[in-house]
Amino acid sequence: MAKLKMTSRIISQEMISPDIYSMWLSAAEIAGQAAPGQFISLYCQDSGRILPRPISICEIDKEKGALRIVYRIAGSGTREFSKKQPGETIDILGPLGNGFPMEETKGKRVFLMGGGIGIPPMLETAKQCQGEVTAIAGYRDKNVFLQEEFEKAGKFVIATEDGSLGTKGNVMDAIRENHLEADLIFACGPAPMLRAIKSYAQEQDIPCYISMEERMACGIGACLACVCKSKEVDAHSQVHNKRICKDGPVFLSTEVEL
Amino acid sequence: MNMKVKIGGVELKNPVMTASGTFGSGAEYSEFVDLNKLGAVVTKGVADVPWPGNPTPRIAEIHSGMMNAIGLQNPGVEVFCKRDIPYLQQFDTKVIVNVCGHAPEEYLAVVERLAQEPVDMLEINISCPNVNANFLAFGQDPKHVEELTAQIKKIAKQPVIMKLTPNVTDIAEIAKAAEAGGADAVSLINTLTGMKIDVNRRTFALANKTGGVSGPCIKPIAVRMVYQTAQAVKIPVIGMGGIQNAEDALEFILAGASAVAVGTANFINPYATLEIIGGIREYMEKNQIEDIYQLIGAVK
Repeated sequence: MAKLKMTSRIISQEMISPDIYSMWLSAAEIAGQAAPGQFISLYCQDSGRILPRPISICEIDKEKGALRIVYRIAGSGTREFSKKQPGETIDILGPLGNGFPMEETKGKRVFLMGGGIGIPPMLETAKQCQGEVTAIAGYRDKNVFLQEEFEKAGKFVIATEDGSLGTKGNVMDAIRENHLEADLIFACGPAPMLRAIKSYAQEQDIPCYISMEERMACGIGACLACVCKSKEVDAHSQVHNKRICKDGPVFLSTEVEL
Repeated sequence: MNMKVKIGGVELKNPVMTASGTFGSGAEYSEFVDLNKLGAVVTKGVADVPWPGNPTPRIAEIHSGMMNAIGLQNPGVEVFCKRDIPYLQQFDTKVIVNVCGHAPEEYLAVVERLAQEPVDMLEINISCPNVNANFLAFGQDPKHVEELTAQIKKIAKQPVIMKLTPNVTDIAEIAKAAEAGGADAVSLINTLTGMKIDVNRRTFALANKTGGVSGPCIKPIAVRMVYQTAQAVKIPVIGMGGIQNAEDALEFILAGASAVAVGTANFINPYATLEIIGGIREYMEKNQIEDIYQLIGAVK
């Protein structure tokens, strides 16, 4: 088993919220080895867009050999993906990164916290969680997505920035308003959210794993584009840098600087 | 059919190598590429001590290319010698170590440390646009290039390739200076200095403000410079800059490159190096070329 680049067939594609798309891909070789919190890189057909786009895995169907990604149109590359129709193909590389440490969820009360386009990877994480799941998702407004799927996987709490649904505010506000408690946190989202979650976890003395994001080129740890700051000198880099694509994207919150 | 080429007395099984900084020390790409099949692995630049590199974002995509300002992050020569060289020794390929520094003493320290190591060649990076604006001027001045080359040649135990910057008025002049200093070969081009502005964030796309442009969009410039350099010097020229496929590689070879390096294409397709080797072989078979040397510099 190893990472590979392959041509996958698009099984389905739909817009599930403004600018947010859900795509199921037939990719048995990658789905067979993929784990929650890992990602794939997708190549554009337009050869002017040379770099693959890293996108987190939202769901894994090992039986059907399929992967689901839920992505936001962030630029011309993701716009190209959004125009693809079922039956068309797309080249992908994966599975990439380390994923969440699922073995640590056993018997624990686990917060799965997602913000914006950091919400999708928490879905497969919720499905494979071996503890008591509370998924907490922060959206901009009432145009929420993946609600039904999360509700099937455990307790689901919503926060919206404009207060149009659930708690008004962010995922931290949702924890306070609902008096939620956990023994372990997995989180993915924008840096300010991860910063707040990291300090909350430190106050509560709970282990916390966060999934990070940065501009990437190779996606496999060779080019050193997507580094984050590490607290200690990293064994591979010999400096205070870790590779998000290879050493992460999931890190123990205390081992990285945000 | 012969695909072997000789550079600085070192024989490569084929003319395809990796471009420094795009392939680490091979370990990450070994999941995709049988390193035994490569002409050579050129490592990421290594300095006398670990370098942290630049802040992020370190890369940005541009049309048909990319820009990077990694800033030569590297683990330092000690760890490199203990970890990366033994790793590469397992493979039947040539090992070319790219050497970087801020000043001549730093280059010399690395070259000296590598003298006892089982590496086949050294590539001296006097052309990175992302580490020190003042020092880049060093690689842009023929007098300094000749001096540094001579100093390195005095202590190096391996053949020396000088890697040249395209950010100069006349690259052939710099190549001649390297040759006069005793270089065994020159490699070109390193990246072209560029800038991208993110209009939505109204700031630079790269934290370093400027970065090195690479990828298919720079290829015609690289081919032209390889041609001019090959006309100007007698030492072998290693060509690189936007090579994505065998046809691109053959352009460089016909323009005068004795070998080629594949860089940004590894990010576009991790199997690129092997596909290029296969493509050159097919081209030679189809055109009944017995020896790769019939192609090197064939277009005058």
